Amino acid sequence: MMHTPKVYSPRSLDEAYEILSRRAMKVIAGGTDLMVLINARQLDAEEFLDIWRVDELRGIADEGDSIRIGALATYTEMIRSPLVQEFAPALVAASRTVGAIQIQNRGTLGGNIVNASPAGDSLPVLAAYDAELEIGSLRGLRLMSFNQFYTAYRRTVLESDELVVAVRVPKLKADERDFFCKVGTRRAQAISKTVMAVKAKTENEILEWIRVGVGSVAPTVVRAYKTESLLAGRAITSDLIEQARQSISLEVNPITDLRSTEHYRRRVTGNVLARFLRGIIDSDGAGT
Amino acid sequence: MKIEFQINGATRVIDSPPMRRLLDVLREDLRLTGTKEGCGEGECGACSVIINGEVINSCLVPVCQTTGAIITTVEGLAKDARLDPLQQAFLEAGGAQCGICTPGMLIAARALLDLTAQPTRDEIKEAIAGNLCRCTGYVKIIDAIERASLIRTR
Amino acid sequence: MVVGQNVLRKEGVEKLTGAARYIDDIAIEGVLYGKTIRSSVARGLIKSISFDPRFDWSPITVCDWRDIPGENFVALIEQDQPLLAEREIRHAEEPILLIAAESRALVEEAASRIRIEYEELPAVLSMEESLACREIIYGPDNVFKRFLIARGDIDDGISQGDVIIEGEYRVPHQEQLYIEPQGMIAVPSDTGMTVLGSMQCPYYVHKALKQLFNLSDERAVVIQTTTGGGFGGKEEYPSMIACHAALLAHKARRPVKIIYDRAEDIAATTKRHPGVIRHRTAVTRDGRLTASEIDVVLDGGAYVTLTPVVLSRAAIHALGPYRCEHVRITARAVATNTPPNGAFRGFGAPQVAFAYEMQMEKIALRLGIDPLELRRINMLKEGDITATGQRLQWSVGSEDVLNTVVERSRFEEKRAEIQSERASSHKRRGLGLSFFFHGAGFTGSGEAKMKARAGIEITPEGRARVLSSSTEIGQGTQTIFCQIVADELGLVFDDIEIEETDTSRVPDSGPTVASRTCMVVGRVLQLAAREMKERIKLFAAELYGAPEIDLIEGHFIEGEKVLASFAEVARHYAAQRGELKVESQYASPKGVEWDDQTYSGDAYPAFSWGAEVAEVEVDMDTFEVSVLKITTAQDIGRAIHPLLAAGQIEGGTLQAVGYGIMEELVWDRGRIVNRMLTNYIIPTSMDAPEMETIIVEKEYPHGPFGAKGVGELPMDGAAPAIAAAVLNATGAFVSEIPVTPERLMMAVEELKASVS
Repeated sequence: MMHTPKVYSPRSLDEAYEILSRRAMKVIAGGTDLMVLINARQLDAEEFLDIWRVDELRGIADEGDSIRIGALATYTEMIRSPLVQEFAPALVAASRTVGAIQIQNRGTLGGNIVNASPAGDSLPVLAAYDAELEIGSLRGLRLMSFNQFYTAYRRTVLESDELVVAVRVPKLKADERDFFCKVGTRRAQAISKTVMAVKAKTENEILEWIRVGVGSVAPTVVRAYKTESLLAGRAITSDLIEQARQSISLEVNPITDLRSTEHYRRRVTGNVLARFLRGIIDSDGAGT
Repeated sequence: MKIEFQINGATRVIDSPPMRRLLDVLREDLRLTGTKEGCGEGECGACSVIINGEVINSCLVPVCQTTGAIITTVEGLAKDARLDPLQQAFLEAGGAQCGICTPGMLIAARALLDLTAQPTRDEIKEAIAGNLCRCTGYVKIIDAIERASLIRTR
Repeated sequence: MVVGQNVLRKEGVEKLTGAARYIDDIAIEGVLYGKTIRSSVARGLIKSISFDPRFDWSPITVCDWRDIPGENFVALIEQDQPLLAEREIRHAEEPILLIAAESRALVEEAASRIRIEYEELPAVLSMEESLACREIIYGPDNVFKRFLIARGDIDDGISQGDVIIEGEYRVPHQEQLYIEPQGMIAVPSDTGMTVLGSMQCPYYVHKALKQLFNLSDERAVVIQTTTGGGFGGKEEYPSMIACHAALLAHKARRPVKIIYDRAEDIAATTKRHPGVIRHRTAVTRDGRLTASEIDVVLDGGAYVTLTPVVLSRAAIHALGPYRCEHVRITARAVATNTPPNGAFRGFGAPQVAFAYEMQMEKIALRLGIDPLELRRINMLKEGDITATGQRLQWSVGSEDVLNTVVERSRFEEKRAEIQSERASSHKRRGLGLSFFFHGAGFTGSGEAKMKARAGIEITPEGRARVLSSSTEIGQGTQTIFCQIVADELGLVFDDIEIEETDTSRVPDSGPTVASRTCMVVGRVLQLAAREMKERIKLFAAELYGAPEIDLIEGHFIEGEKVLASFAEVARHYAAQRGELKVESQYASPKGVEWDDQTYSGDAYPAFSWGAEVAEVEVDMDTFEVSVLKITTAQDIGRAIHPLLAAGQIEGGTLQAVGYGIMEELVWDRGRIVNRMLTNYIIPTSMDAPEMETIIVEKEYPHGPFGAKGVGELPMDGAAPAIAAAVLNATGAFVSEIPVTPERLMMAVEELKASVS
């Protein structure tokens, strides 16, 4: 770009709201998504709202039934947080698969959410966990279900004067389990071909309920509601696992692109769910 | 805009458009050309620097976010013209071939060793997963970092 | 003796402190930033070029083909590749214009203000399309080059066999992906042009520059700067960039820097030649090869560039390291409307190695013979004759490498272990073997024609300075040259220096390619050192009246007595006789003969030999292949510096792993789609296998201290070893690389379908 963009770097959330209320502009946090676009000359904005110094957006707190993760929490912070480790281990697992350490140190949960890529690695976890988003503006704070946040490919319900402030993740209870699996193009620095998070409650080998979030298989992150219903209250048998595999392969809506094929994504998404279910009934619990 | 930060132990004030990449400020304004550009997209890690103790790709950092930061580049590793143990280990173990990824590798290794004094080989592998090398197959880089970790604790 | 020791690298320290200066680290006063404007269509004619009138063009330097003083082509083999397109476009990203401005931002802005319109023509985008000849884009039939290698009588051989096995194998493009992108700086002067940059072959660039401006040898100066990886990608392509920078510099009368960004580098520069290789092998029931018919087709891209040489090496290696009396190898390189392909480590051999080794796996499968046994039955040994009729007269480590790798990897025991593991497991392990060879040096008469030169001069301080245009690009050239000279001359390693790779200061040692740097140029230096030692010993003997004088570790010694230091004697020599300098030229060893007409004889003075075992784990849910460990034994004659040699093997092996399982270019109408590091993927540390490398030394009598070639051999083994391991793990035979999860899934599904 020939012009040099103007940057506003507020120190407080109110200041940030104030700036956004005047004029819509691109919001930059850790920069791991936006700077890539800027470097590739694919983003030519005249102004940026730099929220990196808004400390109110940081922190991971225990809120009783849930944990509250500030929008600026980095992947590294989530990985190291005892709260996230204990109460949302799939989010730790997901964070460890993002890029590599350099990206984990700067990339933020809020950024992953707002960037709205269908391949965002944390998104299936938030979907499976039925997380809630705190969205703020000068007009006040509102709560919304994460699973209602996306409307279409890279489109969210966020108004131009709003910021995602924090994410509330309901804690994993003692009798619940979670699971995360990312199938990427390689073992680090990879974009996912399919990425799945599961939260479930099992009693012996009966699946009381299951929540399945999947990324990279549709224009947005999705919940596999049909497959979840199919599995609810059922005893896990190899027959049911096969049904589940078929069901979710048909339920998702992947495309063929430069990374992978529709056929592969359908098939492997099914296999990954099957792996989770096998893990419940296998004696070693590892699903292998 | 004027930005003040600490670089390799010295306080510097630079004047730069706010969205300019830290990588360019280091290489062009401060003439610290040890930090390299390999891709401009945060994939290769050749531009890695340490900011406030964390290893970060400087091609993805707008300089307006570095006010008050404590930054270390590869030029800041050696002391008084003597190689630091990590650099010495790389030299002895054959950790550098063409050398273009080396500054980034050293920085990632330094950040790791500052956090974990005696990492396992798996931990080393994960710590340098964001630093691409095309020459070595990573074998002797991991050897070098392991070697350095043993020296430091002796 | 320092040869064989892991001395600390001469060029080592700078790279560790950040002091090493790569081309983009160099700031030159008054420099302009150059950029190349390229075609966005694969084939067509330029209809119009328009410059946005609302933009201020006065500070922008613009060059087109009319600014070329001499003839518009890049000097390589044929004169077909223009520096700048005039009207005809033969591939996407073909250079059309060059622009320069005072800042990168300004030159990018200017680039966005240029519009080029084309009349598109139907593009030939695959080897099959090219061979079908519906569109002719080169010569009468789209074929750049043909080779035929024939030995014995094919029909005879077929009749001797019990079974005929056919196979078709496909290998893709591969991007060299040096972490330092290509770049040059051209600095004009009143009398000539100096170019500095990232390159492997200063004299190739020198030749191109001389031709461009009709300059004498001295007026064109080319200096190689610290180069961040080459792997062949900086063999011929730099001549293009250098000429581009020079054209701009000449017009602007200011220095010009062109640095490619990663996307441009991937999109526009040379790649490994993709290919389709067909095998038809007759074999006896007990596994002996009796006849082999092989057809190799390589895709050369739009212009000839170095394709005939790549095809040559592919053809010569196509049979593999095996004995077969009746052979017929046909090889063709065809033209397509894609960016010209070029040198990449291996240079035709990795392509055919994948094919010949997978063909051996297929034969083993079909006959029910152990793949290891099949290699043992047919492997070339000393005294055997190759496909081109070469009798292997020395340095044949074939048995050694195979036996070593089998033993060290515990191949047979592990295979049995894996066999007994649960077959229904969702993670399946597999072991695969490959056996391969690589001719060192230029093919056939190449070295004789090249007449590589290198020399040594003694400095006023009494140190020896090596003079050679061989470049250090990560492999340790400077270090091994100094080791060879130190030992041969009788000085200590620290007293050997190496001159900068600057064409005004060093002779033409030939390009840094073809695994020739140590074997050929190292040899020339060894002989130069030998001659110099004789000369100075004679002088010292006279000077001190000591006929038995010897030069050891920097001192002249007679018996037990130290008579003088080398530096002292050198000073005397300089005072009395003038400059002490020796330059030598390469001469092929006696008894090495090649016939260009019949394409037969001794293709290379020596082959390096390799064997590899890959252990993989296949995830049967995701079809991801994890390469757990690679064990490889490689006969390189002699390891001048074992650590550096192992480094070459490890690095080449991982590049071959990438070739085998993950590297792939995606095309759309002749343009590369995945041109960023996020989507052209190479192995990270997490993808890299554990590696055990065993260096075998079967000395080559005409190499320095027995050394032959190491640079490219490692590129040949991993892809087939991995594919064989995947076969072992899953039963699926994949005949196309990379073995991506998508491809493997299809193969496994097909297998299931055929079984049920």
